[in-house]
Amino acid sequence: MSMHLADAGRSASAQWAADVRPVADFGTEAVWLVLVKVVAIFAFLVVMTLFAIVFERKVVAYMQVRPGPNRVGPWGVLQSLADGLKLAFKEDIMPTKADKVVFFLAPIIACTPAFMAFAVIPLGPEVSIFGNSTPLQLTDSPVAVLYVLAASSMGVYGIVLAGWASGSTYPLLGGLRSAAQMVSYEISMGLSIVAVFLTAESFSTSEIVQAQADSWYVLILAPSFVIYCISAVGEVNRAPFDLPEAESELVGGFHTEYSSLKFALFFLAEYINMVTVSALATTLFLGGWRAPFGVIEIWSGANSGWWPILWFTGKLIIALFVFIWLRGTLPRLRYDQFMRFGWKVLVPISLVWILAISAVSVLREEYDLSQRGLLAIIGGVLALALVILLLVPERKKTEEELDDELAIRPGPNANYPLPPLDLSIPPNPRMKVLEHAGAGPAELGGSTDKAGEE
Amino acid sequence: MSTALAFADAVHAHAADLAAPANEVKGGEKVAFWILAPIALGGAIGMVLARNAIHSALFLVCTMLSLGVFYVINAGPFLGMVQIIVYTGAIMILFLFVLMLVGRDSSDSIVEQLRGQRLAAALLGIGLAAMVATGVARAFDDTRVVGLGRATQDGNVPALAARLFTRYVFAFEVTSALLITAALGAMVLAFVERSKKDQMTQRQRSRERVSADSYPAPKPGPGVYATSDSVATPALLPDGTTTDKSVSKVVQTHELDAATTKAKG
Repeated sequence: MSMHLADAGRSASAQWAADVRPVADFGTEAVWLVLVKVVAIFAFLVVMTLFAIVFERKVVAYMQVRPGPNRVGPWGVLQSLADGLKLAFKEDIMPTKADKVVFFLAPIIACTPAFMAFAVIPLGPEVSIFGNSTPLQLTDSPVAVLYVLAASSMGVYGIVLAGWASGSTYPLLGGLRSAAQMVSYEISMGLSIVAVFLTAESFSTSEIVQAQADSWYVLILAPSFVIYCISAVGEVNRAPFDLPEAESELVGGFHTEYSSLKFALFFLAEYINMVTVSALATTLFLGGWRAPFGVIEIWSGANSGWWPILWFTGKLIIALFVFIWLRGTLPRLRYDQFMRFGWKVLVPISLVWILAISAVSVLREEYDLSQRGLLAIIGGVLALALVILLLVPERKKTEEELDDELAIRPGPNANYPLPPLDLSIPPNPRMKVLEHAGAGPAELGGSTDKAGEE
Repeated sequence: MSTALAFADAVHAHAADLAAPANEVKGGEKVAFWILAPIALGGAIGMVLARNAIHSALFLVCTMLSLGVFYVINAGPFLGMVQIIVYTGAIMILFLFVLMLVGRDSSDSIVEQLRGQRLAAALLGIGLAAMVATGVARAFDDTRVVGLGRATQDGNVPALAARLFTRYVFAFEVTSALLITAALGAMVLAFVERSKKDQMTQRQRSRERVSADSYPAPKPGPGVYATSDSVATPALLPDGTTTDKSVSKVVQTHELDAATTKAKG
């Protein structure tokens, strides 16, 4: 019995392979070539992590006007290596109340899917490696983007289980938060990607990059891109959405009880997830490995050979920079506001936007609209929306509100002192001396003494 | 982790399988099956036998992941991915969420309430499994599955989409309506209505904090003086008067008698 079924399955899978093999032939390569790609992707991710940590610390330091790490290596570039070594040599603590097996497995479960997701990200077009022509991508499938989503949904388990297995309160709260957060933000992330699927008519990453040859999706699907970026930050637990590890509320959140290499794995997973969502943003919206606008006109070879890796990495680093910029700029959200934002703002906007895109594509097919006609219609709708927005009266702060504020102002019997409303500031005694001396606004320091001497 | 690795293996095995020209027998599918089938079965058995509810859920996750990979191997890549995203990624996470809220020590009771029910349940369960297995085996023993290649001519995903949105669109919509109704019902049952008026806004709260009857600064600590180190001693204010804000109202005060103050041992 099983033979028949297996036969059917095999012929079907061969059929599938023949029909929908996207862009390049995956799976026909030699085993050694696949292994080389696996090792290269692993190395790329680890190096990107080491780079991202130093990059983050340097950028945040620059934003806070301080030098940042500058002791290990030139300009402190080897700081991550030193930190990694330090982490490896720290004491590994297993809490008494921990669930031993799950506590041990959780960091591994968090880390493995983070690496796996990168298998379908296209880093470049076909290149020649030792005479073999092969695309710079480990593999692709008709459901490649869904595979990335599946991998990221597996990563949640690591964090949730870490929180539960630690056997203490703060990690448990962190785990609960991350369970709710990641499930909610995965929905808005998935919905934002639907627009890309509708436009590219494929789930395959290499085909999506191919479909962006003319114009990047960040231009035609701008709302999707914005929603993707917001939900990606929520999905990877980065500030301002880092509620599972909010240090001011939950100590360290889910990893409070972790130390040594187990903690290092969580650290690694967080940064690789950051790299992966940035890579996915690059692939889905920023044209993948294609050269930026204008470069191809100057230099026609920019999209061939090994150069695309440069463009891809450049876009990746810009996306990482935005992550760091957000962290350096925005305060953390309150938990209920955060969940409300996800469910009541991001999800409905995504749904309406998907509806609009479907409507536009149906209209284009039905009425055979040209690009210009379509743009005119979209412009008209936007103008109408703008007019309606202008007609909505603005909420003004009235005099009554000021009176209200004065009415609730505590009187002289308050529990704490308040300045009087008719406070007049007494003149600065220094200023009097200066005026007497006939000097202008004094320079800082010592000028009054000078005036006194004269 | 073994599941995750096995999953990666299977994906690779599948990629290798794709390479096979039509009608040539390749071992990738078989290898993946013999790796994953024990995991799936072990997960299912472990789920029933595990004492801890979370361990049970994790075993179930193993089984679901293996099933997802089976779908991928059997040329249903979309179904496989959706199985992983929806079942393991969303539904099981919600399960874990509830189990974690219940508490980590809520293990099964091992006291048998009905005498012999374990044995009876085991026997009946094995019987049912044997019956279903025999039934399925007999039904498909000499059935050749045909037409799958023709049905998925444009690829698995478009074929599935075409079926869902043409022939089965009514069933699809009815199912979704059923699910939405269920979700609404759960929300109605769980929702506790609180009127907006009773809730303080953030603005009101901040005003309340600095209003005349409130004291926004930290409260004074208990008085510890040369004469007394009891927390029941009220603190002194700068003007020399005492404040009762420093004395906890929760802690009960009682006079010490000779028996309690006597040196022990």
